[in-house]
Amino acid sequence: MTTLKVNGHEHQIDAEPDTPLLYVLRDDLKLNAAKFGCGLGQCGACTVIVDGKAVLSCVTPLMLLEGKQVTTLEGLGTVSEPAPIQRAFMEEQSAQCGYCIAGMMMRAQALLQRNPKASDEQIRTELAPHLCRCGTHMRILRAVRRAARLMDTAELLPADQRSAP
Amino acid sequence: MTRSGIIGGVIAALAIGGAGAAFAVAWRPAIAAIDPPAPQSFPADLVKHGRELAAIGNCNDCHTVREAKNFAGGLPVPTPFGTIFSSNITPDADTGIGRWSEAAFARAMRSGVDREGRHLYPTFPYDHFTNVSDEDDRALYAYLMTREAVHAPARENQLAFPLNQRVVVAGWKLLFLHRGTYQPNPAKSAEWNRGAYLVEGLAHCGACHTPRNALGAERASASFAGGDVDNWQAYALNAQSPAPVPWEAGALYAYLHRGWHPDHGTARGPMAEVVSNLAQVPPSDVRAIAIYMAEVLGPPPPDRRREAVLAEATPGPAAQTEAQGAAIYAAACATCHESGRPPPYGGINLGLSTAISGPDPRNLANIVLSGVRPLEGERSPIMPGFADSMSDAQIAQLLNYLRSRFGRQPAWSDIEKAVADARRTETAALHTSAGARHAPADPAQRDKP
Repeated sequence: MTTLKVNGHEHQIDAEPDTPLLYVLRDDLKLNAAKFGCGLGQCGACTVIVDGKAVLSCVTPLMLLEGKQVTTLEGLGTVSEPAPIQRAFMEEQSAQCGYCIAGMMMRAQALLQRNPKASDEQIRTELAPHLCRCGTHMRILRAVRRAARLMDTAELLPADQRSAP
Repeated sequence: MTRSGIIGGVIAALAIGGAGAAFAVAWRPAIAAIDPPAPQSFPADLVKHGRELAAIGNCNDCHTVREAKNFAGGLPVPTPFGTIFSSNITPDADTGIGRWSEAAFARAMRSGVDREGRHLYPTFPYDHFTNVSDEDDRALYAYLMTREAVHAPARENQLAFPLNQRVVVAGWKLLFLHRGTYQPNPAKSAEWNRGAYLVEGLAHCGACHTPRNALGAERASASFAGGDVDNWQAYALNAQSPAPVPWEAGALYAYLHRGWHPDHGTARGPMAEVVSNLAQVPPSDVRAIAIYMAEVLGPPPPDRRREAVLAEATPGPAAQTEAQGAAIYAAACATCHESGRPPPYGGINLGLSTAISGPDPRNLANIVLSGVRPLEGERSPIMPGFADSMSDAQIAQLLNYLRSRFGRQPAWSDIEKAVADARRTETAALHTSAGARHAPADPAQRDKP
């Protein structure tokens, strides 16, 4: 049994220590935002945030996550109350097929938490490991810039990490 | 005259004489400024030849800052003596070399003196460029003088006294600059001589691959014994080469021209830019470099073929002390590196990795932290970095395990320090290095697995 902290909740996971985090999230916790793309750490669709940093969950085994805080897209906001990054992606209509979008949002979120004033060049460099086959790159970039503006006026941290009002 | 007066007079005379001698040694006249020549004044084929030579010289690597204009300089080069910034070698009249005549350019290449007569620091590798022929200097000049002129003033070097006095460079040159162009060896083939001319001259391979002495000069007695560059190790390229499968001319050619060879993996770190440049060079020149370097490396021992090397690296049970590293390897690395799939769907067999069998853990730490980034416009190998998912302690455990299982060498010491250093320099390197962001002119040339 491994204790895994996801979106503010602790879970007891009954899986081998070498199980990729992605499998645990999707199969055991039914958190399906992170996607299986390549399984090789090459496409970015499985990206989640671990201790504030964007991490490829398909190549991150459970054993490396002891005592760390995992955040998935589900932890950022809800359908009725989307986080700034989610609102921005919706308002810019950035998703076409949407398969890459959860990963894009998670890495963008990690970047903006670290550097709310990220330049276009920094956004591009940061998102370079993420593949999008639909070609909505320009909308994705617009969404990240919009998210940065939204965060200026909204809560920066994901819902599960905000202190109670 | 008193006794002390005599001594004082002698000292004064010596000081004046010494200063005069030093002046005679150090002083170089300015070469008259010219109006920047019109680009059309250079023949197209000379410019094209200059472009190939500039690629062999890897000029853009030091003289270009990432995301900035080509050849505009400003790259910080850390040295044990302080930080030196590369200069603007675009034809800008005020901040570049626009007012340099061909003679001034050739003097800089040959003896490290700028147009105004000031000594240049040997971070500009004129100890190699002194070997470059007049003809090749002419082509390089034509190429650089036809680039886009960029206004970019030089950045102030960060050197302490007395090294911030350029006159001290004159003394360095007396000791370490051996002037004279390359002399062919009549006992060797034309191809070998071409390779030697390029390697020892313009390509300045020894600038990274030869260790330096306390005064920052290459140690002639340890030619190609391995050096340091930007927190990477430039591997030994003589008989001490740590490559598990010995290099031979064919593999060197493929690696240098295409950036990859199945027995040696891919060129990364500061070498990535070198092979990116060499992809645009006539194959005959890269082959000549390979033939010369194969001789420097020495004949490969017959028992070190790929199959024999891989057989030694078959998995055995991990020692108790390495259980954690073995578990990390099995979970995070083996899924690609033991998949048997061809790159990029699988990783190279780590039994072939020079980073793991090399004398220190720096390169391996750099690769595990940052991964192998894909190159723009190329089919190239790719590996995710683990900087954000593994702690320093976990990476150290992993490196220990990789060394003991695949390295066939004694354990490394100071792994924790190497990992911490690699983590500290990782971010800096990403923002200052020109990086491999320049797509090759012809991507088909670099069609790698």
